[in-house]
Amino acid sequence: MSHLLREQAPITESGWRLLDEEARERLTPALAARKLVDFSGPHGWEHSATNLGRVKELDDAPGDDIAASQRRVLGLVELRAHFSLSRAELDDAERGAQDVDLGTLDAAAHRIATAENATVFHGVNAAGIEGIAEVSTNEKITLGEDCEVYPRHVAKSVDALRSAGIDGPYGLALSPEGHTHVLETAEHGGYPLMQHLQEILGGPIVWAPGVEGGVVVSLRGGDFLFDSGEDLSIGYEGHDANAVQLYLEDFFSIRVATPEAAVPLPA
Amino acid sequence: MGFDQYHEPPAELPEDARTFARMSANLIEEAEAIDWYEQRLAIERDPAARAIMLDAEGEEFKHFSMNLEFLFRRLPLWREIAQGILFQDGDIVEHGEESEEEATEEEAAKGAPLAGSESLGIGSLRGSMT
Repeated sequence: MSHLLREQAPITESGWRLLDEEARERLTPALAARKLVDFSGPHGWEHSATNLGRVKELDDAPGDDIAASQRRVLGLVELRAHFSLSRAELDDAERGAQDVDLGTLDAAAHRIATAENATVFHGVNAAGIEGIAEVSTNEKITLGEDCEVYPRHVAKSVDALRSAGIDGPYGLALSPEGHTHVLETAEHGGYPLMQHLQEILGGPIVWAPGVEGGVVVSLRGGDFLFDSGEDLSIGYEGHDANAVQLYLEDFFSIRVATPEAAVPLPA
Repeated sequence: MGFDQYHEPPAELPEDARTFARMSANLIEEAEAIDWYEQRLAIERDPAARAIMLDAEGEEFKHFSMNLEFLFRRLPLWREIAQGILFQDGDIVEHGEESEEEATEEEAAKGAPLAGSESLGIGSLRGSMT
C-alpha cells in the first residue's frame, strides 16, 4: 500500500477512475510550467532532494589540516490541496449518474496547479526555492494593461534573450487576466493579437494561473528543470458517514540553470 | 471453468488489469482462429465451403482488429511503437527498432509514471496545446 492510502477509502475502482480522470482534465489546462520547462522524473516518493552539484565549504572541519565541505541539495516541496466529496454523490456515480458534483475536486485542482505555477515562476522563500522570474538576470519589462503594446514588450524580451545568446523558440507564461485581454484583442486590421505574439515568440502562450504578469522563457531546453518526486496524485485522508476527505498532492522542485534564459514581465 | 489468462492471483489484480487480460486472451483466440481458417482454406477445394470460411475469416479479422485497438488505447506506448511499424512499406525490423527507440525516449522525456505508482501520470506537458 502506498502512502496515499487509497485502498482504505470507501471508493470503488470505478470511483477512483472517475476522480483521477476528472483531476487530469482539470489540471492539464492549468499546469502552465510543465508546458514550458524541462521535466525530470517522476523519481518516486523517496526522492527528497535535487542534486545541485555544488558544495559548501565548512569552516569547522573535524580535524587539523582537514578541508571539509558539504554537498548542497535542494529539498523538494510537498504541496497538498485538501477537499471533501459527498459519499452520496459518489454512490450516484456508481449508479450511472452523469452529473456528479465534483466541484470541490475541481477547485482543489485549480489551487494546486496555481501553486505549482507560482512556485516555478516566483519561488517559495520558506523552502529555499527560487522562481524563474525571481532569479532572472534580465531587466524586467512591465507588462501594463494596454494590450496593444504587448507585441513591443514581447519583442523586446525576445531581443534581450537573443542578445544574451539564448536561442529560441520562446514561450510566454501569461496570467489569466493578461491571457484574457490578449484573446479578446485584435490589432488594427483585425489581426488577432494572440497570433501576432506567437509569431514573435516562435512558441506558445500558456494560460498560467499563479503567474503575476508574464514571463518569457526560452524553450531550447537545459535552462529550467522541474524535478518531480511523485507526480500529482490523489490521496485519502479519512471519511465519515457523509463525506470522504481527500487531497491532491504535488511533490517537486524547480532548478534554474540559466538565469539569463527568462525575462520577467510584471503586471 | 479455468482462468488461464491470469498469471497473478486474480483477486490481487485491479479491475483494469483483469479486463486487459481478458482482451489479450481474446486477441490470441482471434489470431488462432485466423490461422485455423487459413490452414483449412489451404486444402479446401469446394467453392461453397471456401466462400463460407472466407466470410467467417473476415469476421475474425474484424474481431482481431477491434481487440488490438482496444489494447492499444489502454497502453499508449504500445500504440505509439505500433504506429511506427504497421501499414508501412520497407524493412519491418528496421521500423521496429526505430519506432521503439523513438517512442521510449519520448516516453521517458514525458515523465512516465513509475511502475506501481498511483499518480495521475501527467508528467511533462511540453508540446501540448495551450
